Amino acid sequence: MALAVVIFLLVIGSVIFHFASPWWFTDIAADWGSIDFTINITFWVTGFVFIACNLFLAYCVYKFRQKDGHKAVYEPENHKLEIWLSAITTVGVVAMLAPGLFVWASIVTPPDDATEFEAMGQQWQWAFRYPGADGIMGYADTQLVTETNPFGVNVDDPNGQDDIIVVGPEMHLPLDKPVKALLRSNDVLHNFTVPQFRVKMDLVPGMISYIWFEPNKAGRYDIMCEELCGIGHFVMRGAVIVETQAEYDVWLDAQPTFAETQSVAAANPAAGQAQYAVCAACHGAQGEGNQALNGPKLAGQQAWYIERQLKYFKEGVRGGEGDINGQTMAPMANMLADETAIRNMAAYIASMPDTPATPTITGADVANGASIYSRNCAACHLDNADGTWYTDAPKLAGMSDWYFVTQISNFRAGIRGLHPKDDYGEQMVGMATAMSGLEEIEDVAAYINTLR
Amino acid sequence: MAYVPLADQDSEMEMHHPHSWVSKYVWSQDHKVIAIQYGGIAIAVGVVALILSLLMRMQLGFPETFDLIDPSSYYQSVTMHGMIMVVYMLTALLLGGFGNYLIPLMCGARDMVFPFLNMLSVWVYALSVVILMASFFVDGGPTGAGWTLYPPQVSMAGTPGHDMGIILMLVSLAVFIVAFTMGGLNYVTTILQYRCRGLTMMRLPLTVWGIFIATILGLFAFPALLVSAVMMLFDMLLGTSFFMPAVIEAGTPLDYNGGSPILFQHLFWFFGHPEVYIVALPAFGLVSDVLSTHARKNIFGYRMMVWAIIAIGGLSFIVWAHHMYVSGMNPYFGFFFATTTLIIAVPTALKVYNWVLTLWEGDIRLNAPMYFAIGFIFTFIHGGLTGLFLGNVVIDLPLSDTYFVVAHFHMVMGVSPVLVIFAALYHWYPKVTGRMFHEGLAKTHFWCTFLGTYLIYLPMHYLGFLGVPRRYYAMGTTDFIPASAQDLNVVITYAALFVGASQLLFFINIFWSLRNGKKSGPNPWGSASLEWQTPDTPPKHGNWGDELPTVYRWPYDYSVPGAHQDFIPQNVPESDEPTADEQHFDPDHDASKADT
Repeated sequence: MALAVVIFLLVIGSVIFHFASPWWFTDIAADWGSIDFTINITFWVTGFVFIACNLFLAYCVYKFRQKDGHKAVYEPENHKLEIWLSAITTVGVVAMLAPGLFVWASIVTPPDDATEFEAMGQQWQWAFRYPGADGIMGYADTQLVTETNPFGVNVDDPNGQDDIIVVGPEMHLPLDKPVKALLRSNDVLHNFTVPQFRVKMDLVPGMISYIWFEPNKAGRYDIMCEELCGIGHFVMRGAVIVETQAEYDVWLDAQPTFAETQSVAAANPAAGQAQYAVCAACHGAQGEGNQALNGPKLAGQQAWYIERQLKYFKEGVRGGEGDINGQTMAPMANMLADETAIRNMAAYIASMPDTPATPTITGADVANGASIYSRNCAACHLDNADGTWYTDAPKLAGMSDWYFVTQISNFRAGIRGLHPKDDYGEQMVGMATAMSGLEEIEDVAAYINTLR
Repeated sequence: MAYVPLADQDSEMEMHHPHSWVSKYVWSQDHKVIAIQYGGIAIAVGVVALILSLLMRMQLGFPETFDLIDPSSYYQSVTMHGMIMVVYMLTALLLGGFGNYLIPLMCGARDMVFPFLNMLSVWVYALSVVILMASFFVDGGPTGAGWTLYPPQVSMAGTPGHDMGIILMLVSLAVFIVAFTMGGLNYVTTILQYRCRGLTMMRLPLTVWGIFIATILGLFAFPALLVSAVMMLFDMLLGTSFFMPAVIEAGTPLDYNGGSPILFQHLFWFFGHPEVYIVALPAFGLVSDVLSTHARKNIFGYRMMVWAIIAIGGLSFIVWAHHMYVSGMNPYFGFFFATTTLIIAVPTALKVYNWVLTLWEGDIRLNAPMYFAIGFIFTFIHGGLTGLFLGNVVIDLPLSDTYFVVAHFHMVMGVSPVLVIFAALYHWYPKVTGRMFHEGLAKTHFWCTFLGTYLIYLPMHYLGFLGVPRRYYAMGTTDFIPASAQDLNVVITYAALFVGASQLLFFINIFWSLRNGKKSGPNPWGSASLEWQTPDTPPKHGNWGDELPTVYRWPYDYSVPGAHQDFIPQNVPESDEPTADEQHFDPDHDASKADT
């Protein structure tokens, strides 16, 4: 009896939950209303079956529960009923499947006027490439990937010279134009998903997969990776900005072509040295750092990382609210007039002799730090904590341990990493939770101190 | 040609009764002891997987305050929970546990055809579990690649347990498959060869049919997993490139070229999809028998049920790529696999109708096993219907890799088979132990499990509609997920903790009742099938005393008009139980003619 009532209530409750739920599909932002249409058909058909079958079940349990003097009816088979039920079920299945197949036919055949772009995934970030004026993307291969050629574009391919290269997690698309995403991976499976566009597809190393859509609503949408791609899966984020053709053209023009990225003039460390005098006050003449003045050690740090941080300080991406020491860096970074000056500075710092900083942390649990580090940090910062451009991970070994502690604490507190322009900072906000608090942060710092 | 059961050809069959404690309970060749060994190990390892799931739920519900697991151990928990539950718990418990216990009894046989092989099977299975558990203690811990073990990430530095963890996993799977093959050959051979006199295939209980077809599926499907495990080990240890294209590991190019990650996915799911039915079909069979017995009514549409099991089994081999709609495989495959996948819904739906129609005009005894069985119908309808979303390729695009998928497969192959397992454990407990369990405790266990799991998984579907991706250690910030989604996560976590804790009721019940349960007698439910007709309860070694039973009817003769009581055991001859002939049904017409 109770069981019949409960099943009845579960059916009613599920229906109420369904209609009352504020948790529902995101507002669609691409021309795939046909997918939502198919979903709705499926909802009506399955919803009807769910209610009908379970109410019938509840009725049977209620009506035919054991009663004195009651006896079950002997009815082994009923061919007519079984055939009817099969037929009705088949009709329902066809009603759901047929529209689905029609919609699928349009999903697998991108229109001829769809323009292409490439989304490339690697652990754990996105980069994007557009075909440039000639409309053709240059040949690219994972085996050609280097720090300065992250897409692995063949430098001799004439089609590739005008390709637009966007290294960073944010891409743009024009409104109401069909686009075909060519998907490529340098390492493991990833997945290109924009929930509002409804479609998604895996990125598979060694091949190019595709998906097409026509964004029809301006806005900024998250690009999510939805294929488990290792420990940083949950922090692999990108964004797509859908805007008018005019806005899009302006943005695209401002992006470098592949040829431009390959012909950047070599940095001039001497020019950097001339401007370093200001830095030396806090960071030391040889970039050795000075804890009393909150200047971390710079010598030995990867040049690309120094460049990016200087840019962030200059643009206010770092040194925001709560980051008092970071705030003092803003006016300093502003003394570097342009990107060339930043690059020169980074090149000069890279030329400094690298002597490991003196450890300041004592009494920490190195074994615990080793365990946390090897399980959560080494995937990006490497086993020897040297860091690598590939995962956007700076060098940690031999750097200022007290600075490490401050920065991880800042990531954990959301002081650093959450600025919308901080491309990879949010990854560290997520990963820093691997350390439960100051004590474990110091454990990890102490372990890194052993890696010098 | 007249059918002569092999078991019947030698009435003085040598029994090899065990003489010592060790040969009776450890190196036992008795299928009933082996069943309990299989079941015990499977349930124990299932508890480990349950605890892992609670750790995950704690992280998802309280990401700011719960510090016990980090991203690395989260992914390891995800992986080990999935693999343990699907392979080491469900497959082993349903086939190794219930298969071993029930096949010989339901077939009227003294034991399996190959008792020694059967013993090897359980101990090799135990070995595979030991190897798997060992991966928790090696450097780097168990693999965190997800239970699907997709290359290339499975062996790359960005994945937890990418060296020893994954190797132990693959070795353990290979060993498990050896164990399964030894057991599986036994189940199939026993069902084909050791049925007692009169027990034709179309007079077998649906439990045996479900286990029979599931085992055949396993014998065809597991080799695909075995070869992919071996090829993957070659890639890792010998430097071959079966599944490995040219890739970069943390900035360093690896020495691989030309392999196909999608090839692995095809092999994996060629195993993985039939695996769903390796779990589901025995559960279908078991629940059919529980429903029929407690409804005091024959299973409705027996022949349709048998053919549905066979059809589902066959179809299950041509639907695998519906797990791969967004894998980057040739998208034109989508047409084929969406069609086959939705076709499989038809025989599956018919089974559901027939279960409900079995209750129709029954005399339903709402005992604890029946609670679980009816609860199963509800959860299976729910889980089956959400499968129609994911099977239809266009709807899979927005929902794939979201929490909708997690909710769907937990409803259909987590909660549903587990409810059946509990139904079956309670139902056959009196036969196995000779004692009744505590009814009130069992019903409380049902309410906690049934309502609790629905509270977990119903809201989870809606996280999926929203687009919340699965396998995220933490959500971080997004533009499209409202803060209220976290409220759902908190509710789900509380429900999961509640369900997890309430499983203690089950353990308390079965252990308490071993000593304190009422004596059950040989056939407390008034069941017609053969296993309840043994001369001893629990059945002794050899099952049937001096003489093997003879079967005269199908196993669902409940409430037959004119019969003395509301069931007629399978081994009661027509002459002892006169029934109005035109009323009496036998799914095997030829056999019934032969009997008279």
